[in-house]
Amino acid sequence: MPFRRVKFTFKTERIQSPVIYDLGQKFDVVTNIRRADIDADNGWVILEIEGAVDEIERGLEWVRDQGSDVSSLDGDILAG
Amino acid sequence: MPYVQSLRCKECGRDYPQEPIYVCDFCFGPLEVNYDYDAIAKNISRESIQDGPLTIWRYDALLPADRDNAVNIGAGMTPLLKADNLGKVLGLNNLWIKNDAANPTHSFKDRVVSVASTKAVEFDFDTIACASTGNLAGATAAHGAKAGMNTMVFIPADLERGKILGAAVFGSVVLVNGNYDDVNRLCSELGDDRRWAFVNINMRPYYSEGSKSIGYELAEQLGWHAPKHIIVPVASGSLFTKVHKGLQEFAQLGIIENADTKMHIAQPFGCSPVAKAFIEGQAHPKPVIPNTIAKSLAIGSPADGMYSVGIANKTGGSATIVPESEIAEGMKLLAETEGIFTETAGGVVISTLRRLAREGVIGPDEETVALITGTGLKTLEAIADSVETLTIDPTVRSFDEIVTGAPVL
Ligand SMILES: Cc1ncc(COP(=O)(O)O)c(C=O)c1O
Ligand SMILES: [Zn+2]
Repeated sequence: MPFRRVKFTFKTERIQSPVIYDLGQKFDVVTNIRRADIDADNGWVILEIEGAVDEIERGLEWVRDQGSDVSSLDGDILAG
Repeated sequence: MPYVQSLRCKECGRDYPQEPIYVCDFCFGPLEVNYDYDAIAKNISRESIQDGPLTIWRYDALLPADRDNAVNIGAGMTPLLKADNLGKVLGLNNLWIKNDAANPTHSFKDRVVSVASTKAVEFDFDTIACASTGNLAGATAAHGAKAGMNTMVFIPADLERGKILGAAVFGSVVLVNGNYDDVNRLCSELGDDRRWAFVNINMRPYYSEGSKSIGYELAEQLGWHAPKHIIVPVASGSLFTKVHKGLQEFAQLGIIENADTKMHIAQPFGCSPVAKAFIEGQAHPKPVIPNTIAKSLAIGSPADGMYSVGIANKTGGSATIVPESEIAEGMKLLAETEGIFTETAGGVVISTLRRLAREGVIGPDEETVALITGTGLKTLEAIADSVETLTIDPTVRSFDEIVTGAPVL
């Protein structure tokens, strides 16, 4: 099963909305949180998402629409 | 190689065997090469280093591969120049320029790729790959050629012709129709299921170690001590963290007495997630969409951003966001005072230096090194509007009129 390792970064006020739970409910993907940290203004969560490639992409698009930044765990690969 | 003990997770400390892997299975933290420093301490000295080759491989005790097997086109041991002219302009009496544009493919990326390609051969890969808008492309293509490997260099199709040719001359280059995000996505998908040595993905723990050699060289070239300040151009943050690590290792091994260098982050306005996090007092850079003329620093989602912020804080360093308009100014200032033509990343560094000197963050007599990491010949478009030339007819009269401005008799 395809998977992606990603990092969500969001404003602290977003932490109260269950983005990751909803992601698993609305889309046919399985989420697996590995690490997270929340400071005064920002929070981030590192997780693995498993599912069909299209479903993962649609899910991540939805997370972006909810106001979170979604980045690959590897960071940008395209370098100078 | 003899001194590598494991790959170790930077977050949870779990150890892994030395393989082409880069992320901790457990916590997804990045893996870093872990050495047996006690054994190194017994075998390294200033003299043993000085007996080595004039490349990064003189420091192979602190690199993850042995110099005898190195894929070597001469990376490293670039000039460290006293910059008295620039210093005079900025009011700095102890200023040095580390000119890494003097590397074989004209950027510091030769250091990291020399290590990554050496490991790729050791791990029995037949293909070495990267995605790049310039410097990394050239370095990977050149080392791939030297190693006799297949090379896969992915470049956005709309990149300037000169940069494409500069990498393509060494071998195959693949132009990708799409924006930066498309190239990023494609490469992580390709990296996932092909047995390639992707220099900054599965080779990243080894690749990034190559940048430590700048720290070692600075200490050696300054007469075995660490400078007070280093200004580093930051994209992913790998270079920044590893220059610091190099100096720390030298101090830990007793090769230098101590390393209390202040590490300064330099980023352009159009892509400054790391500097912004530092300035705002946040530990984690927030990803941005890059829009800067300093294309070599255009990483919106920096893998080592958080670690860079941490080091800048811990060392009493700083972070500067350079306005886009000051990038070409910095390039010109260095060229006109020191005879060194740097690319946009160097313009960002020189403008940062000027600001830090003006604000008193760097004292007039404090030993300071500005890292110049690439050549201006790769980013000519950046200074096209700020360089003036005179055109004359082929007559002395025209010369006198236009060049000397003298009245014609
Ligand atoms: C000329 C130049 N300087 C600095 C950097 C920054 O490198 P890093 O990603 O290690 O921060 C790059 C990266 O591409 C570069 O090309
Ligand atoms: Zn871990």
